[in-house]
Amino acid sequence: MQNLGIQVLFQGTNFLRLLEGLWVSLRLAVISMALSVVLGIFLGMRMNSKKKWVQAVCRIYLEIVRIMPQLVLLFLVYFGAAKHLGINLSGEASAIIVFTFWGTAEMGDLVRSALISIPKHQYESGYALGMTQKQVFFRIIIPQTIRRLLPSMMNLLTRMVKTTSLVVRIGVVEVVKVGKQIIDASRFTTPSAAFWVYGMIFLLYFAVCFPFSRAAAVLERKLRD
Amino acid sequence: MDIEFIRENSPFYVEAAFLTARIALIGILLSAGIGFVCCIIRELRVPVLKQITAAYIELSRNTPLLVQLFFLYFGLPRIGIVLSSEACAIIGLAFLGGSYMAEAFRSGLEAVPKSQTESAMSLGMKRMQIFFRIILPQAVATSVPVFCANVIFLIKETSVFSAVALADLVFVAKDLIGISYRTDEALLMLVAAYLVLLLPVSVLCSLIERRVRYAEFGNTGIVSGN
Repeated sequence: MQNLGIQVLFQGTNFLRLLEGLWVSLRLAVISMALSVVLGIFLGMRMNSKKKWVQAVCRIYLEIVRIMPQLVLLFLVYFGAAKHLGINLSGEASAIIVFTFWGTAEMGDLVRSALISIPKHQYESGYALGMTQKQVFFRIIIPQTIRRLLPSMMNLLTRMVKTTSLVVRIGVVEVVKVGKQIIDASRFTTPSAAFWVYGMIFLLYFAVCFPFSRAAAVLERKLRD
Repeated sequence: MDIEFIRENSPFYVEAAFLTARIALIGILLSAGIGFVCCIIRELRVPVLKQITAAYIELSRNTPLLVQLFFLYFGLPRIGIVLSSEACAIIGLAFLGGSYMAEAFRSGLEAVPKSQTESAMSLGMKRMQIFFRIILPQAVATSVPVFCANVIFLIKETSVFSAVALADLVFVAKDLIGISYRTDEALLMLVAAYLVLLLPVSVLCSLIERRVRYAEFGNTGIVSGN
């Protein structure tokens, strides 16, 4: 009985379809991540600003992102925007907006703490050598910051990939949705399909995220030495 | 905005908020327990169990809760294990949270300087004594910020429970949107409910963090969690 069940994964194009579904969520994650990194770097540089109002705005932004579940934000954009702004956002578009909004805050905070962790004498030595502010920033500070940022950026990427599984709740056809379709199609031929399909999706996510979190751990260890 | 509508339907949200809070509380307590046990197993290098915990931590950290829940709720009944939505939610949250908590405690343990162990050894303490009397108390204090971040993260994660037919806040909101088309009111109440649930936790966490910072030994860098 169960030996028959696992075959559902390899019937016809089922497995390919699952992979295609996975690609949909991965694409969303990669696009949002790329946008978040760019915007987050700018945000992170602003967050150390001495201006009170800039600090306040950043603080409120971070707190909103920290408190609101991503699914709630997705609902707000997906259902709210359609009604209020009259734009009919597709599930994918709302997902990218929300994940970028969330990722930018996370990335900004990472950049901020990385910038703080650079010792002050690095700036001072740069100036003492007669470098301009721009030179100090781009030649001395940024390269060191990137080294410190890499592990946490990779962790953020795996979180982004994991979080994109939520988009099935706003009607994007991704891996979980494809899995459901396969299960529904083979409901009568293979009743145990749900076990194998969801098990497979579980492993697929693991296969995607594991290398990144491993790499992050290795990099972190390397940087410490 | 229809105040009457909000007043009429807020009881549903209150009920759902209590459900979310209850499951989150049970899930977090279980996670902390699992995390603590995993961490001790790894620290004391118990053979076999050590490998199992390592595999568990990697598996749970690298997969989304939603997929874990789907597997528990739709997958397992197919091989004869039927769980209620609530059981699924609690097991899923504990499965996910356990590894995050284990990592939080581990980062705390790693932050305790080696000189502490060495000093204790030179005083003639045994391995168990060193762990439970010297290392653990200091580690618990340092892991509090990550622990707090995890608590907030886990409460947020409860929002996916509606996927396994649990009548949580998101479920109620989606239901209301479907029944009445009052998107604004339903979403506003959803946001308000999460604010009421999480804002106090967030404030409490930052207060606790400020307090335990005094307990740290030296100046330790803490890697932020979740």
